[in-house]
Amino acid sequence: MANTLSPVAPTAPAPSETLTKIRSGLARRHARERRFRAYGIAAICAALGAVVILFSMILMKGVPAFTQAKLTLDVFFDPAIIKVDPKPVRAPDQSAAAYERARLDWERQVTLVNWNRILEAAVRAAAPDIEVDTRQALSIVETSERFVLRDRFVADPGLLGQTVKMDLLASANADNWLKGNIDRSLPDTQQQLSAPARALADRLKEDGTIRFAFASQIFTNVDSRSAPASAGLAGALMGSLYMMLVVIVLAVPLGVGTAIYLEEFAPKNRFTDLIEVNINNLAAVPSIVFGLLGAAVFINYFHLPLSAPLVGGLVLTLMTLPTIIIATRSSLRAVSPSLRQAALGLGASRMQMVFHHVLPVTYPGILTATIIGVAQALGETAPLLLIGMNAFVAAVPATPLDQSTALPVQIYLWQGNENRNFFEPRTSAAIIVLLGLMIALNALAIYLRTRLERRT
Amino acid sequence: MNSFIVACLLLLLLGFAYQAGWSRSRQVAPASGRLHSRPNYHGSLVAIWAVVPALLILALWVLFGDTASRAFVMAQLPPDIRALSGPELNQIINRVNQIATGFGVIGEPAPYESAAGQALREFRTLSFAFVIAAAAGTGALGLYLARSRITARFRARDEVERVVRYLLIACSVVAILTTIGIVASLLTEAIRFFSFVSPIDFFFGTVWNPRFSTVGAGSGEYGLLPLLWGTLMISIIAMLVSLPIGLMTAVYLTQYARPKTRNVVKPVVEVLAGIPTIVYGFFALVSVGPFLARIGSTVGLDIRATSALTAGIVMGIMIIPFISSLSDDIIRQVPRAMRDGSLGLGATQSETIRRVILPAALPGIVGAFLLAVSRAIGETMIVVLAAGNSPYLRLNPGEPVSTVTVTIVNQLTGDTDFASPQSLVAFALGLTLFLMTLILNVVALYIVRRYREQYE
Repeated sequence: MANTLSPVAPTAPAPSETLTKIRSGLARRHARERRFRAYGIAAICAALGAVVILFSMILMKGVPAFTQAKLTLDVFFDPAIIKVDPKPVRAPDQSAAAYERARLDWERQVTLVNWNRILEAAVRAAAPDIEVDTRQALSIVETSERFVLRDRFVADPGLLGQTVKMDLLASANADNWLKGNIDRSLPDTQQQLSAPARALADRLKEDGTIRFAFASQIFTNVDSRSAPASAGLAGALMGSLYMMLVVIVLAVPLGVGTAIYLEEFAPKNRFTDLIEVNINNLAAVPSIVFGLLGAAVFINYFHLPLSAPLVGGLVLTLMTLPTIIIATRSSLRAVSPSLRQAALGLGASRMQMVFHHVLPVTYPGILTATIIGVAQALGETAPLLLIGMNAFVAAVPATPLDQSTALPVQIYLWQGNENRNFFEPRTSAAIIVLLGLMIALNALAIYLRTRLERRT
Repeated sequence: MNSFIVACLLLLLLGFAYQAGWSRSRQVAPASGRLHSRPNYHGSLVAIWAVVPALLILALWVLFGDTASRAFVMAQLPPDIRALSGPELNQIINRVNQIATGFGVIGEPAPYESAAGQALREFRTLSFAFVIAAAAGTGALGLYLARSRITARFRARDEVERVVRYLLIACSVVAILTTIGIVASLLTEAIRFFSFVSPIDFFFGTVWNPRFSTVGAGSGEYGLLPLLWGTLMISIIAMLVSLPIGLMTAVYLTQYARPKTRNVVKPVVEVLAGIPTIVYGFFALVSVGPFLARIGSTVGLDIRATSALTAGIVMGIMIIPFISSLSDDIIRQVPRAMRDGSLGLGATQSETIRRVILPAALPGIVGAFLLAVSRAIGETMIVVLAAGNSPYLRLNPGEPVSTVTVTIVNQLTGDTDFASPQSLVAFALGLTLFLMTLILNVVALYIVRRYREQYE
């Protein structure tokens, strides 16, 4: 060592030409090193920045939509307007069908009452000094609220001639105006509310008749076209829930069964190779192709109903199957061979070895795989569009065969609504609900996984 | 209600058969107490023998019951009605069905209708009873036969395991059936489309204008090239965004970052992979598009809010985690010795990465790149919302474009009539998309596997 160093030592004090060359080169190389490192940091910042920007934009837009303008009005059930017979009472000798008919007739009468006049009177009474015409007065109340009055009256006909304090939804346009979603300085022609109606809304806001409250109808109501302020996600949530159930019921047994067969029993031959190649390719097939499959096979060939969560669930099952198979296989592969050998050595059959010893160890892995697959299915939109799940459905589906939408499809439908000022926040709110569900699912996966892993 | 009864009966049969087999095996056990299989296997086998035939009979009824009852109704109707054609006959049969179920029909039922309805009701009750009796009978027969086979040396476990094995094989066949379903449905419908439009016009046509084409006369109006160009342009932009960011993120996280940083940054970046694409689409439409348009107008470029650029950039963000986690895996597979050798010779870290690690990892990174491209090509919702849907051959990325996936959605949504070329073209497009992604995936998987073998 000393030998090799000694010839260098004498030259070291006097900086030769090569040395300066090396030094300047070294400086350049170090600068390049720093630059490279900075590129890396910049790339990470860009990726993290994208996450932050995306979430903050959705939150900023969506959170205000969870509160909505509501009016608290004194509603007078005016006998001069509500001219209906008394609610029929079932006579002792009346058949059930006859009573039902009489009741329906009466409800039809009630529906034909001009509830808008009652609403109008209530709005006027709240701000008697502001001059508005009928249209303007009604334009700040959501159109669906007249049915709220009707239902209230049907439930309790004794309200006739009485005054009741009721919480009613303000219209989408009034909500926009009060939240400042619309530029207040725009000229009248570009405003959705007329000038007197805007003045009325401002006035009611000032004296507390209109206040912002939690928009519970986002969760309890179904979609609505005519009354955007009352549109909610109930139908879409139910549709998504049904689809998730179908996916869990079908994809988990099928996926786990396939994984067990391929990993534990399949002989190495052409057939199993074919299955493997197949699964790997299915995992990378674009989701929209599964939608085409659903449209051609389930809808066109088997004549299953359009827009049904059952069909959506079937399509999503086929789509998530590869995810579950691949993840289950990798957790089966991770089980140590000593466990298998011990089981076999004690005289267990291969089936017993797999089902009694290997599979229980992989439960956390299978669970995670399932939840990842379900989360993936929950957020998928494109294939559902092709099997008609983008139809407008104004009812909560009662069975998986009823017409329905799904959460991501509802987002797609809402973002296309013409009333942009109102539906942009509303869509963001729906996205928050969707992302919240997905985060909850993933958190559940992590929680269950750590719990189960600690136990085994 | 009926299905509920059937399910209960099946469960009863299952429990009873299991119990019968279990107790029988205990009876036949010799004094020394050695059975070949444990009693629960005997029980399971008897249960399988009892329930499977019963299920088969019920399945036959589900498949052919409707045909049978329709034939019965036909036989009840007078000959002149039977001679009616499709829709009218269907209407009458529906009326008869409604009379039979007791819902009642609109208008007064004709005498022959009520007679047929009455007969159908009796037929239904009888046939239901008959099917249940037949299912129960075969179930009981199976139970009896299986139970009588039980002896001490009977290998019940082997038989149960064989059944389970067939079930597992059946599970894995689903994956193959899915692929066959995809290929068959795409091919048959695409061939029907090519009977309207020649393949040459489709694959080499430069004009996409399906709306105004009349059946058969649409030469050149179903040109694929504008769509393919849009897809390509958006994918290129997406890769230009995601490749540098994703690759540099992976490099930094594997080579420079401390484990603590890595453990935080990696999951956060991967959050981007879990966000549903509809959310990205909305983000592109509402935030990125207008932002780019504003930048364009300050710089003096004409960038539309919905354009190839918007969709491409957002899609690039979506693909970042895909590239970064794949490259992360691949870079970490490069043998440590190569890296240490380079560092030991005095190379700086960035020189090691650029001259040793990245070249060694290149095949794997190319594979990851191809997989990412195939995802970009198949992505739907971002382009549906943000690409502007304008199928023209344009070079400027600031202009709106249309892609293969967008066109599939546009041509097929809300349309279930698979007879016109307007909707059938979706399948031809789907076939193109499927083939493109398939080739990309096969090549990519091949490269990745070769790469893995090289270092294992």
